[in-house]
Amino acid sequence: MTRPEQAGAPPRTESSPDRDARSPAGPPDAPLDVQALRRDFPALHQDVNGHPLAYLDNAATTQKPRAVLDALMGFYEADNANVHRGIHELSRRATEAYEGARDRVAEWIGAPGGREELIWTRGTTESINLVAASWGGANLSEGDEIVLTEMEHHSNLVPWQLVAQRTGARLRYVELDDDGRLRLEQLPELLNARTRLVAMTHVSNALGTINPVREVADLVREHGALLLVDGAQGAAHHPVDIGALGCDFYAFSGHKLMGPTGIGALWARKELLEAMPPYQGGGEMIRVVERDASTWAALPHKFEAGTPNIAGAVGMAAAVEYLDGVGPARVLRHEQSLVGYALERLAEFADIRIFGPSDPGERSGVVSFALDSAHPHDIATILDTEGVAIRAGHHCAQLVMRRYGVSATSRASFYLYNTREEVDRLVDGLGTVRTIFGPGEGS
Amino acid sequence: MTTEVQLSSLYQQVILEHYRHPKNKGDLEEATVTIFMENPTCGDEIRLQLRVEEDRIADARFVGSGCSISQASVSMMTQLLKGKELSEADALAKRFTELMHGDESAGKDRSLKDLRALQGVSKFPVRIKCALLGFDALEEALKRTRAGDTEEE
Ligand SMILES: Cc1ncc(COP(=O)(O)O)c(C=O)c1O
Repeated sequence: MTRPEQAGAPPRTESSPDRDARSPAGPPDAPLDVQALRRDFPALHQDVNGHPLAYLDNAATTQKPRAVLDALMGFYEADNANVHRGIHELSRRATEAYEGARDRVAEWIGAPGGREELIWTRGTTESINLVAASWGGANLSEGDEIVLTEMEHHSNLVPWQLVAQRTGARLRYVELDDDGRLRLEQLPELLNARTRLVAMTHVSNALGTINPVREVADLVREHGALLLVDGAQGAAHHPVDIGALGCDFYAFSGHKLMGPTGIGALWARKELLEAMPPYQGGGEMIRVVERDASTWAALPHKFEAGTPNIAGAVGMAAAVEYLDGVGPARVLRHEQSLVGYALERLAEFADIRIFGPSDPGERSGVVSFALDSAHPHDIATILDTEGVAIRAGHHCAQLVMRRYGVSATSRASFYLYNTREEVDRLVDGLGTVRTIFGPGEGS
Repeated sequence: MTTEVQLSSLYQQVILEHYRHPKNKGDLEEATVTIFMENPTCGDEIRLQLRVEEDRIADARFVGSGCSISQASVSMMTQLLKGKELSEADALAKRFTELMHGDESAGKDRSLKDLRALQGVSKFPVRIKCALLGFDALEEALKRTRAGDTEEE
């Protein structure tokens, strides 16, 4: 790749035979040509423990298509230089690729204020920490309230606990119902004149539940508070249009949506970002530095201290390009059809407990379950010997585990390249678990 | 070795038997030391209690929850601890750790009794910490006992 403007969004090879399968011009409700898509993912084509890999751990991280790998390689091979500080040609190209990637991602989520509202971070976790430290540090005081939910990933809990401890703010919680949904009827009672911010996940990584962000945003706005949405699973598994969601902050990660690790973004309304103090200090984020004080660079650079993850940004834009080409709505529908099938097949096990909404239409591609007879770890080990990769544990959501009285669950999570055959192999693997551990109490 | 063979060597009957029907499970009256130990990455947890009388473990009990490997291992361990001198308990922990790190001779060591069934775990590196959870608690209990610091945390 020699032309710099291609680095941020490498064109697909037009000769690719599977081009049509993911054409955005194709009918938006056409099913995915999964076999064609799978060819784009080198990591999927390997044997694990003597069986073809069935990668069902996509809520943890996703595999990367060739387009993303090529974008990373292309950047390092042709355009690598530091950004915003060189006069030379490579620096110009690297800056263009990096800022071009920002434009692409900002456009993809429909950032109403454009590129100035899109801050590059290490990922969702850093994005939320940035808001908690910068906005929270400047705006929270003793007695103020932050509303969280029991569904949150630790990365949308612990930063708020830290800032609450520093400022004296109080944390309040929306609870979960038995079916894995938020009890949003509690929200009006939790919101009051002291509520400064509500932080909620778009999609639950532990249960798969999709939350009604717009409805919550309207309610939160009526009470004069702000809404932060943890979009780690949202952006990856659900179409995102910031204007339609109506939130004030949206945090997401590249690696959950087929991009590289170590890169993610924070979107926030421009007025908020302008008023917020910097998060970290260093190069890139300053205008004038004097002995005792400095002035800050304009948005978005004010929040990007130090040499950024340039290649990561380029790779994330390539991932967004790929996902956009397939169509996020089609991806969600595909995941929901796999979840529907998985729920149906898992019901064959009499002693199984499945967490989360029973209607696949209320979920993204996540199925969390527990068997009476075998611990999630043992299940994951046995499945792994058959080449089926799932996750066992608390999924960084200990409040969810506690709510349902378990210390861990087994979780299969799907993406655009997963198939019904892989769901069958999951079920077959549970058959092996059965053979070893017996049928359990429930049957 | 195919993975099926590995799997059956991992989940031997004696392990499943200890998992379903753990030995020495429950509270220990008059414990001299109580250690709570968890594996934060997976949520497995145990509380190990010992009654130590004159450098000898008079009794050992545990409560806990977690995977078959962690729970069977601690159940087997408590069986072996009763009546052992503290130095013998040290040696047991050392020998079992060697077994987990693939030492074949430890696999033939009769002093490990049922614990030998856990030899297969050494072929599953991510599960070794499960098998060692009880022994981590034991080492802490022995350390505290020797230091005279047996306050419950
Ligand atoms: C819902 C949710 N929030 C936050 C995170 C944290 O994302 P990251 O580790 O990429 O910062 C994750 C992923 O682990 C997640 O699933």
